[in-house]
Amino acid sequence: MKRKAYYTRKIKRATHLLFYRRHRKPGVKGWELKRKLGSDYPKVLKILDGHLEKLDLQVKTVFEGEKPTGEPTLEQLDKARFYITLKGGLVPKETKMMGWRIDDIAGLATAISYIIAKKGKAPREEVEELLRNKLPGWRVDINMNNYIRSGYLAEDENKQLYLDWRTRAEIDQKALIDLLLSKEKVLDGSS
Amino acid sequence: MSSKRKKRGSEHLQRVIDMCKSIEERSLDPFNVDVDDVIAVIQKYFPEWELPEELCLDAEAIHHLASIIKLQGDWVKHRSTSLYTDPFLLEEKIRRLSKEELATLFLETWRPIIELEQISLHSLAEATKYWQSLLPLSERWLKTGSLETEIGATSREELIKLRILAEKPFLEELEVFWEELKHRVGGKEKSLYWNFIGADTYPETVKRAYMTSFLVTYGYATLELHPLEEEIFIKPFEKQRSMLGKKRMVSIPVSISFEEWTNWKGGKQN
Repeated sequence: MKRKAYYTRKIKRATHLLFYRRHRKPGVKGWELKRKLGSDYPKVLKILDGHLEKLDLQVKTVFEGEKPTGEPTLEQLDKARFYITLKGGLVPKETKMMGWRIDDIAGLATAISYIIAKKGKAPREEVEELLRNKLPGWRVDINMNNYIRSGYLAEDENKQLYLDWRTRAEIDQKALIDLLLSKEKVLDGSS
Repeated sequence: MSSKRKKRGSEHLQRVIDMCKSIEERSLDPFNVDVDDVIAVIQKYFPEWELPEELCLDAEAIHHLASIIKLQGDWVKHRSTSLYTDPFLLEEKIRRLSKEELATLFLETWRPIIELEQISLHSLAEATKYWQSLLPLSERWLKTGSLETEIGATSREELIKLRILAEKPFLEELEVFWEELKHRVGGKEKSLYWNFIGADTYPETVKRAYMTSFLVTYGYATLELHPLEEEIFIKPFEKQRSMLGKKRMVSIPVSISFEEWTNWKGGKQN
C-alpha cells in the first residue's frame, strides 16, 4: 500500500512537470525529472505512460543526437527530453480545432520532407519555391515564418533551413517519407 | 617563379576557395568538386609560395577542400541511412500530391505536444498580494525626489552600525571565516555548500555566502560542482593559493533566494 501511495504521488508530480510549460520550450530534461522525482523516474514515466495511453496520449522521449538502438542507458535518459504528445494520429477535421488550416499542414509536410531528403538542410529559397507551387505567394512567407517561430524549422544566417526541436519531438520522419513514397506507388498503380 | 605565374596561381586558388565556399553555404552537391584535380592544382603551386599571404591562401584552399571532403562523407553516410530519398524524386512526388493528400499523410505521422498554460490559484493569490502592496505610481515617483538633510559629523561607531565600516579589517574577518570552514570540514575533504553557508536567519545566510565568494576568489577555498546532482561542494585549501595566471578564472553564479534558504532549512529540520 505504501509503495502504491509512493508511486501515486510521484505520478502526480510527473504529470504537473510534463504538462505545464516551465521553460521557454515545453518538455522536461531527464536530469530535471531525476532531481524532482528521484532516480527511479524512468519507472514513474512508464506507469504514467500506461495511464495516458487510455486517453490517446503518451510520454515521448527525444534523445540527444541519434536514437539509441537498444535499451537506452541512464545517462542517455538523463540527457533526453520528455514530452507529452498524442499517441494516435489526428483526422483533418480535428486540426481546425488546433488553429491549423489544411494549407498550413500541407506546407509544413512539404517543407519537412524536402529538408529530410536534402540531408537535413535546404536553402529557404528552394523550399519556398516548392511551396509556391501549391500555396499563394503571399502565404508562403507567412507560413515559413510560422514554422520557424513554432520550432519546426530553424534558419541560419545563410538562409539555410534545418529541422528544429519540435519536428524532432512531434514527427516520425521515417514514417513520413515512407508514407509519401508508398502513396506515390498507389498513384502510379492507378495511373 | 615569375610574377605572372604567381598571380595566375593565386587567382586559381582563390577560384577554388570561392567554389568550395559556395558549395558549403548554398548546400550544392559536394561531388561537383573534383578533389583530385583541386589537390593537383594546390600541389602544383605550393613549392613556389614564399610570402606569408601566399601560404595563407594555400592553407585556406586546403581548409575549404577538407570541408568539401567532409560534406562528401556526410552525403555517403546519409545515403546509407533509411531516411535517404532522392530529393528530385521526392520533389516530383510532392508536386503530384494534392494539398489534402499531403495534409492527410502528414497527420498520420504527426503527434503534437500537449501542454497547458494555466494560472494557478497560488500564483493568482501571490499576484494579488503583490498588487495590493504596490504603491500608486504618483506616490512612488514622489519618493524619488531628493530629501534635504542637515550636514553633520558621524562617528566610527555609527559607521560600523550602518555597516559602512567593518569592526575588524575585512581580510582578518575572511581568515577567521576560512578557519571556520577548515574546522567544519574536519577530517572530510569538503562540505556541501549550503551546509556551510546556511544559517538560522536569511540575512546571516546571505552574509556567509558573500564571505564564501571572497574565500574562493582570494584562493582560500574552491568550489566543486556536480551538475547532474545539482550539488555544490566547498573545499578549503590548507594554504592560500594564488589563482591568477595559473588557471582561467570562472565565475559561478549561485542563487541564494529566500525560497532556497527555506527549503534548505526545512530539509535540515527533517
